[in-house]
Amino acid sequence: MIREPLIFEISDKGKTPIRLPKLDVPAAPDPLTGAAVRAGIEGFPQVAESEVVRHFTRLSQANYCVDLGFYPLGSCTMKYNPKVNEKVAGMPAFTRTHPEAPEELVQGNLEVLKTAEELLCVIAGMDAFTLHPSAGAHGELTGMMLIQAALKARGNPRKIVLIPDSAHGTNPSSAHLCGYKVQEIKSDQRGMIDLEDLNRAMSEDVAALMVTNPNTLGVFEADICRIGEIVHAKGGFLYMDGANLNALTGVARPGDMKVDVLHVNLHKTFSTPHGGGGPGSGPVGIKKELIPFLPVPVVTRTKEGLVLDYNRPRTIGRVRSFCGNFGVVLRALAYILTLGPEGLKEIAQIAVLNANYIRKGLEGEYHLKYATPTLHECVFSDKLQQEHGIKNVDIAKRLIDFGLHPPTMSFPLIVHGALMIEPTETESRRDLDAFIDAMKTIAREAREKPDVLRAAPHATYVRRLDETTAAKKPILRWRPAE
Amino acid sequence: MSYIALSDKDKKEMLAKVGVSDLDGLFQSIPEPIRLREPLAVPGPLAETELLSYFEKTGSRNAYNAHLSFLGAGAYDHFIPSVVDSLSSRGEFVTPYTPYQPEVSQGTLQIVFEFQTLICQLTGLDIANASLYDGATAAAEAVLMAHRLKSKAKVLVGCSIHPQYRHVIRTYIRNLGVEAVEFAYGPDGRADLGDIEKKLDGATAAVVFQTPNFFGVIEDVKALSELAHRRQALSVAVVAEAASLGILEAPGKLGADIVTGEAQSFGMPLSYGGPYLGFMACAKDFVRQLPGRIAGQTVDVDGKRGFVLTLSTREQHIRRESATSNICTNQALCAVRATMFLETLGEKGLREWALQNVHKARYAQGELGRIKGVKLKFGGPVFNEFVLELGKDWAAVDKTLRAKGILGGYGLAREYPELKNAVLVCVTEMRGKDVIDRLVKAVEEALR
Repeated sequence: MIREPLIFEISDKGKTPIRLPKLDVPAAPDPLTGAAVRAGIEGFPQVAESEVVRHFTRLSQANYCVDLGFYPLGSCTMKYNPKVNEKVAGMPAFTRTHPEAPEELVQGNLEVLKTAEELLCVIAGMDAFTLHPSAGAHGELTGMMLIQAALKARGNPRKIVLIPDSAHGTNPSSAHLCGYKVQEIKSDQRGMIDLEDLNRAMSEDVAALMVTNPNTLGVFEADICRIGEIVHAKGGFLYMDGANLNALTGVARPGDMKVDVLHVNLHKTFSTPHGGGGPGSGPVGIKKELIPFLPVPVVTRTKEGLVLDYNRPRTIGRVRSFCGNFGVVLRALAYILTLGPEGLKEIAQIAVLNANYIRKGLEGEYHLKYATPTLHECVFSDKLQQEHGIKNVDIAKRLIDFGLHPPTMSFPLIVHGALMIEPTETESRRDLDAFIDAMKTIAREAREKPDVLRAAPHATYVRRLDETTAAKKPILRWRPAE
Repeated sequence: MSYIALSDKDKKEMLAKVGVSDLDGLFQSIPEPIRLREPLAVPGPLAETELLSYFEKTGSRNAYNAHLSFLGAGAYDHFIPSVVDSLSSRGEFVTPYTPYQPEVSQGTLQIVFEFQTLICQLTGLDIANASLYDGATAAAEAVLMAHRLKSKAKVLVGCSIHPQYRHVIRTYIRNLGVEAVEFAYGPDGRADLGDIEKKLDGATAAVVFQTPNFFGVIEDVKALSELAHRRQALSVAVVAEAASLGILEAPGKLGADIVTGEAQSFGMPLSYGGPYLGFMACAKDFVRQLPGRIAGQTVDVDGKRGFVLTLSTREQHIRRESATSNICTNQALCAVRATMFLETLGEKGLREWALQNVHKARYAQGELGRIKGVKLKFGGPVFNEFVLELGKDWAAVDKTLRAKGILGGYGLAREYPELKNAVLVCVTEMRGKDVIDRLVKAVEEALR
């Protein structure tokens, strides 16, 4: 890629804008009397359509993406995003419908929403789902609000939420937004929740334990049922972060593991595209006891057809506008129907096979802190390379030179210098081997010519951007030259 | 079809390498009693042609006619240039993750930087974030932000803010010790300044209002901001119809400290309510309390300009429970679409587009207002929505219109019991004069 200027730098006020149809109503002479009207928009661009197309096409070439190659970001599940799902989400019958349209005119949309809820219940073993949350973190917040409402109904919302030290940062943040104090639970030598620590921490002040399963090490919490019993014995709820549900589809169901509340990420397990950071969707599944508290509206089947039920006196309220990220739900439903029961099991199986193939291929070359078997991802560290002064960031940047996207770095926090690798099920053996070979080459370079790594990447237009200065002297928008 | 790229031979050899005899052997770490024995009871698998016909059939159960709809109320039917769909559907924009590795994400990062700049220019403020989920959650985040900035527990929230936004604000603050006190609207449909003055005190963190408000009426942002500032409260403007920013003065120039809302109008299809595009802008001093991702400009080792995600010490992955918000995944691709939309229209196109909305709405307002039994409920200036009060129950009129395929607007009675016979009518640039005239005739007949 060559340098692409900012659109503001190629703007020319003299250019003609896109043509709008001629106004077909009489123009009132002064239609905004009483309102403050702007003179112009300072600095706003004006370019030709062809320039817009070239601008964005050139910028597109500066992005790495799943369509281009292997993208092993651990925990993010960068699998292939089927093209037909985009076609489904783009059907005018869906895209042109207004969210305030009367229910009888949007029975197709409501059928999509209800069917998706029902199928997610089957896949996760839960009693009900809400599709309102717009992303995983939004699902966590919604799920914790449901737990809080149920506890309030029992008489005491409680004060504390327990979260393992391996958890994603959104977990504590979501619990905090619900007004809870967060208490950390240690991981044991297996990389699983330390049962002793949990037993000590669990009390009648604890509202819930938020557990990710398989956890962020890719390890299945083998004691999950015991964990559920410990939490339930003191009247708490078991919340499961389903970010890694893709390791379990068709193999095991959270609902069968004492889980009371679960969020799933449609943009991970169910292949809806990440779009460079969204839109996502974070549906929340619950057990029966929590159904009265679901956010409104609730899509409900009746004899007269599907309706939106607002009359729910114990609801937590609304968590966003309208009915969630409908376009994302459409894609996920298309994916589930394409896969069917065998396909859903196969994605978990092959995701786990691919991850273990990589783990096997890199064992010995990179340090593996936990020897416990893993499912869909594995977490190595830079411990061996540190002996040569090489950090995980150097390894990551060097991978870019091989045409590969780096793994997730420095997470989970319990592995120092982490390299968290999740290949997903859609990768070919050729791609897996290419990654393993590149990682091995880098391990050798770390020993033999570490400077190559420290200076990487070598092939991109920009290299090692100065993030410290970016944060210390923030430039967060373009401004015209003085 | 599960999009697997391994052959049977690959699988066999890979299993051997891993050291297990079959695929089930990969799951030994899951205790036997909780492993599924039966296949999942889901339909499928469907081939692509079967899948498409399933969705065509399901879609055909929608009987909604966009062409004859005057629904607005937070979701707007606007023109989307072909450029937007064509460019935004490129795999390079659709299929990357959040740009954690800037060297291979300069496309997304530069676009987000341009998006932030455009939002700053439109709102008249210094800083904007990379997006939030939607207008409702953005409004709730703004309330929480004001609460953090002022360390005060009370916010005044206009009851002419989108009802769903108010519901979400209530959901978000319920457990955080923040109190939302609603203020009334006056006879012209604008915020009742007298009521605000009564409720505003030293414990108030912010005055939160929507402009144009839920009734379509454009607020006096300057007066509201001055009032808020007099008691050291923040002025928070919520914009649910971002198209209005093309012609109305930037709220930031009129005193608003935070401008937040919904930018669906900038290139997002209606799509039954989502995905849409929450946005937020604020004054420079407040940046450390701004929720969400932010892209910033910097240089690389060779001194070349580039862009990175920055100020992440506000965020959950660094600060965990002390973060400004729990947001991680946002609406990035929607922000990309909005950037494409705004840059295609440009300053002149945006103004012309916004003005067409104003003229169409004014024409419809005039024609409908002339009908016997129809009263324009509010006298304040409007953008592309307005409220009519009918001599007859709206539900009855609505039924007559619907029989003709027309959706005349959003009945206000559900959320505003005092506005029993009132309807909120939206006329965007997409409604032709012929369709507006049909609505006028149909309303006339329904009231006869």
